[in-house]
This record gives sequence, C-alpha cells and structure tokens, in this order.
Amino acid sequence: MNVAENVTPVRRGLTIQQKKAIWAWLFLTVPIIFFVVVRFYPTFDSFYISLTEWNIVGDKLYIGLENYKRLFSDPVFWIVLSNTFEYLILGMPISLLLSFTIAYNLDKIRFGHTFLRACYFVPFLTTAVAMAWVWRWFYQAAPIGFFNNVLIDLGLHQMPFLQSTTQALPSILLPAIWAGLGFQILIFMAGLRSVPTSYLEAAKIDGAGRWQVLKEITIPHLWPTIVFLVVMSTIGFLRIFDQVFNMTVDGQGGPVNSARPLVLHIYQSAFADFEMGYAAAQTVVLFVILLFITFIQFSLMRKK
Amino acid sequence: MKKHLLALVLGSLSTSSFAVDIEYWQYKFDARVKTVDALIEKFEKQNPEINVKHVTFPYAQYRTKMAAAMSADKGPDVLQLYYGWVPDYYTSGLIQPLSEKYISSKEIDEQFYSFVQGMKYDGQYYAVPTAVRTLALFWNKKLFKEAGLTEPPKTLDELVSYSIKLTKRDENNNLLSAGLTVDLAEQDHHWWREVLIRQMGGVPYLNDYQTTNYTNEAGEKAFAFMTDLLTKHEVTTPRFMDEGQAAFKAGRAAMHIDGSFRLSTYNKARRLEWGVAELPSHNGIKSNFSSYWVNAVSKKAQGESRDAAEKFVAFLTSEDAMQLWLDNVGELPARRAVAERPENVTHEQYGPFIKGLGYAHTTKFKSEASQRQTLINAFDSVVLQGISVKDALLKASAEEQKILDKK
Repeated sequence: MNVAENVTPVRRGLTIQQKKAIWAWLFLTVPIIFFVVVRFYPTFDSFYISLTEWNIVGDKLYIGLENYKRLFSDPVFWIVLSNTFEYLILGMPISLLLSFTIAYNLDKIRFGHTFLRACYFVPFLTTAVAMAWVWRWFYQAAPIGFFNNVLIDLGLHQMPFLQSTTQALPSILLPAIWAGLGFQILIFMAGLRSVPTSYLEAAKIDGAGRWQVLKEITIPHLWPTIVFLVVMSTIGFLRIFDQVFNMTVDGQGGPVNSARPLVLHIYQSAFADFEMGYAAAQTVVLFVILLFITFIQFSLMRKK
Repeated sequence: MKKHLLALVLGSLSTSSFAVDIEYWQYKFDARVKTVDALIEKFEKQNPEINVKHVTFPYAQYRTKMAAAMSADKGPDVLQLYYGWVPDYYTSGLIQPLSEKYISSKEIDEQFYSFVQGMKYDGQYYAVPTAVRTLALFWNKKLFKEAGLTEPPKTLDELVSYSIKLTKRDENNNLLSAGLTVDLAEQDHHWWREVLIRQMGGVPYLNDYQTTNYTNEAGEKAFAFMTDLLTKHEVTTPRFMDEGQAAFKAGRAAMHIDGSFRLSTYNKARRLEWGVAELPSHNGIKSNFSSYWVNAVSKKAQGESRDAAEKFVAFLTSEDAMQLWLDNVGELPARRAVAERPENVTHEQYGPFIKGLGYAHTTKFKSEASQRQTLINAFDSVVLQGISVKDALLKASAEEQKILDKK
C-alpha cells in the first residue's frame, strides 16, 4: 500500500513552538500557584484585615478606616516612622560608601585578596540572630561588655550604648551595616570587574588622574550596580527587624521606643497585643512607602 | 457469616462507645511535660476508657498557635491558658463552663485561693489552675556574709540600706556587683503595682482593674522608691548584666525579686549560695503578686469528649496532682489545704512563696505585655532622660488607660 506513504503527513496536534510554550507554562504554573497562595493572597487579604478589628481568637469586625485614623494619631507611630527613616538615611549611604571604598581598594590589591574578601563576606553568612546577641553582649556595661571594658582600660568613662535613648539606634545600626557589607562588596567587585580595561588604559595614557578615572569611567560604568544596591539596601533598612528585636530588651526596640522601627511595631501589635487589624494597617503603610520609594528611585536613577 | 458480621459491628460499636480520645495542650517546659505525662498515665489507669493525647509547643509560639488553632476549630479538648488570656477566650465563646459534675463551684470557692475566683463568669467556673506563682526575695548568702549581714531585709527601709551596703564598685565607680536588681521587664513591674503601691497606702487600679489609680501620692512614692534605687542610691545600673536574674545567677547581684518558677534555675546554678525570703513589708503592710496558668475545656469537646475533658480537668486540679506539680515543677498548689501542708510551709525554698499566697493580689490585665511596656517607658524616661516621676506617671497612666479602654 504505497498510497499511505505518499500522503503528506497531516499535522496533528501542536507545533513545536506551541509545545514549548505549554511546557514552559506547565513549569511556571507551580511557582505561580505558590506565589498566588502564599504571597499575593495574603497581601490582598491584609488589605482587608486592615479594615477590621481582629484579635485572632474572635471574628473579624469590619470597622472601615478606623485603624488608619488611630495609626496617624498614635504618637508612637510617628516616632517609629522617623526611626525607620533614620535607619535608612544613616544606613544606606554609609553602607554603600563603605562597601564601595572597600571594594575599590580590594580590587587593586593582589596580596591577601581572597582572604580579605572572605573576611568581609563572613558576617553576611552569619545568622542575624546569633550576631545580634553577640553584639548585645559587646555593648553591655562592664564587667561583661567588651566595648566598655576597652573604654575602662583606656581610662575613659563607660558608655550606655543600648541603654541610652540617643545611642541605642546607632548602636544597633552599626552591626546591621557590618552584616550587609559583605554582600555589597561582592556586588561592587563584580561591577568593577566589568569596567573594560581598555577604557582604563586609554585614560591612563591620556594622563587622567585616579580621581578622574573614577569619576568619568568607573562610576558611570557601575551605575546599574549602584541602582541595584541602592534599591536593595533601601528596602533592607526600611525592613530592619532582626537586629533590633534581638538587641533590645524583650524585643521592644530600645528604651522609650528610641530604636523601634516600623516592622517591629507591626510585630508587637500583631503578636504581643494581638491587634491584627491595627498591625495590618501598618503593613499597608509600609507597603505603600516601599512601593513609592522604589518607584522614585528607579525613575530617578534610570534617567541618568 | 451473618453472625460474624453482626459481632464485628457490635464489637466496633461497643469499643467506640467506650474509648474516648481527648487532646491536651500546654507549652513545652521539661518539668511540666514530664509531670503531665506522669499524671496522664495515672489518669488513664483510673479511667481506661479515656485516652489523653498530650501535645506541647515552644513557649514563644504557644499563644499564637493556640489562638489560631482554637478559632479554626482545630484546637484541643483541654487546654492550658495563662489567666490573663481567659477573658478573650470566654468572650469569644471558645471555652465552656465546667458543669458541677466532677468539681463544683462551691469546692473551688472554698478550697482554692480566693484570687482564682477571677475565673468565674456568671457563677460558673470556666477555668481552674493546678499551680500558682508568687514573688519572693532571693538573696546571695555569700555576698551578705562579705558585707557583714546575716539576715535578709524584713522591711523596705532595710532593703534600701542593705542594698547600699551590698553594692560593690571599683575605684573608678564602675559597678562590679549590684546590691539589688531593678528590672521592670521581669517581675519588678508586678512588685510596683501590687506590692509597693499598696504599701505606700494606695490601690493600683479601681473598678475591677478597669481604671488606673497611681497618679497620686502613693503611686509616685512607690515609683520613686524604684527609680531612686538607681538614681539616688545607685545600687545598680539600668539592665546591669542584661537581665536581673542573670546578674543574680552569676553572683553579681546580692538581691533579686523573682517568681517561684525561678527556683529550678538557681537550684541548677553551681557555686551559688542563696536563700529565699518573703518580700519586705512596709508600714506593716505585706503584699504580693500572684499569677497562674489554668486548665479549661474548649468548645470543641462535646458529648462524651466533654465529659472526659471535665473529668481530666478535675484530675489535674486534684490534691495529688498539685503536690506532684510542686515537687516536680516547683509551682505552688492552688488549693489551700495542699499549699499549707506543714512540710510545704516550712520548706526552705517554697515556704516564703507560699506565705505570700495568703496576701497576694492578681492583676487583671488587658494586655500584660503592653501594660508592662508603658511602665518600662515611664521608668526609662525617669532614669535615662531625667523626666520627673510625676510627669512620667501621668503619661504612663494615660497610655495604660487607653489600653484598658479598648474593647
């Protein structure tokens, strides 16, 4: 039966492209379902919860914008918000400046390069909780506090550090910056490696100084890296929690709320006071702030 | 064949009507878990038709998990609750009153310490404790000896003068050892509310703990008594050694006020010679603070399960269970008759705590954590920021009243 052989094969089913697409979607559905169930649904649900009064135990009671009204008239909320921005405004530039300086200089040296890089990276690998507790003890008064023992040995007065309404926030910020440094250095180093050496050599031949090279060639090339790190560290500092929770008494955020950030305030409202609606209202505010800042940063930095 | 089937059906019917499974939840604390396991074994021997499943969670997650499970109807039949959480559970209808079958209201009224009556709503008990806790003064015998003192202080005046004597500093005035720990994040906020204010002639709250009542002479005197220990007498520094109990355990504090649950910690501490004494009195007034955990039957337990659950609660709050709890966990019996057995009252460690039971008060908290925080903030603003006691208390009172006024 030659007839069958001669018949051009009828294209049954799907093209290769379609098949590929189906497979791609098949693989994508798993994470999509996962994200919808554990990310998007709770996110949208928290918008609803923020309009209710709910102590987990009982039923949710719809109260409209009551939680938001209460939030904006709560003096502690404004303290907490200004603390959060203090973490950001101090933490972000300091950490970026430090990590860039370290990365820039580390990039120039050969001797001990790997070892030094590892040294800077180790804190990033360490559990935030363990590190926070070690620093908490560093900051104690003598006889157990490391820093205060050093001060005493130098013949100086003890410092209150975490037990002070003015020193608590910077004292907590320091280890937070230190912990994130390794990651930022690594990203900066990768960025620095991507600057074409031919540009640098050409500039050198033309007699450009170190500062000029940095300003005209290195930094413009690093721009995408900087944008990425600014956004990441902004989000990081706005969400600071682990260090504050573990370094302050009972996770309360320092004496008289002096170091309490917004996320900790949310946590305390939800899991100490069991005011889920009030806590959800705060998360919505944080969400809006994060969205707004990230949007502004992206649009500002993309223009350059 | 038919006969066999019938026998099978009947057999399964009869076992299902006899065996009841109930679940008991509490938080994880080694001594508590072992004690409850032992009690369950005994209970099941007495009641072979009831099986009790014992489930525990780490303390840090206990409250959240319990609340989430209970409102989702996935909770246990019998649960352990902190007394301060009971109002929420009662209002939300998550727990059931105990019928008079195994333990009567009259029995609880008459035989338990009177503050347990806080668990009664409309004449019915919704929860009963096995054990209760009070405060006492821990003192370091070695440091007392070094300072030439032999006895723990009996009055607040003695407490201050002893504390000053017992404080050790180096030549540059750095604190080496505290005379008395002051730590509001631990038990000292209770000491101020229920003990110091009353000793200064006040009452901390009015209207059944609905209204704060400490922005007056008694409240201020009591608060100044505590802040003076740091600012005037300098017997310790804020958060010395991070936690008061840690300082005492390390032998770096001569005196420390804490609850009976701390006994097991110090019993395990080597090279620490310590004693326990009743809280110092003042103006001839003795007072103490008591808190407790209760057993309650959840709304999930119905029919046979409810009956079994109530039987189990009655068993957990029997005299034998209480003595076992005291011996194993170190928490005090909630029944007078057991607590006041001669061997318990004269006990070197339990004695002072049990004596405190007789004159203890139980604060009805709305939210213990946030009410405590208002006080800690007031304390810090006096000690660290130099704000006057009066202003700090005015602010604290306003904030606490807001918490109390919440629905």
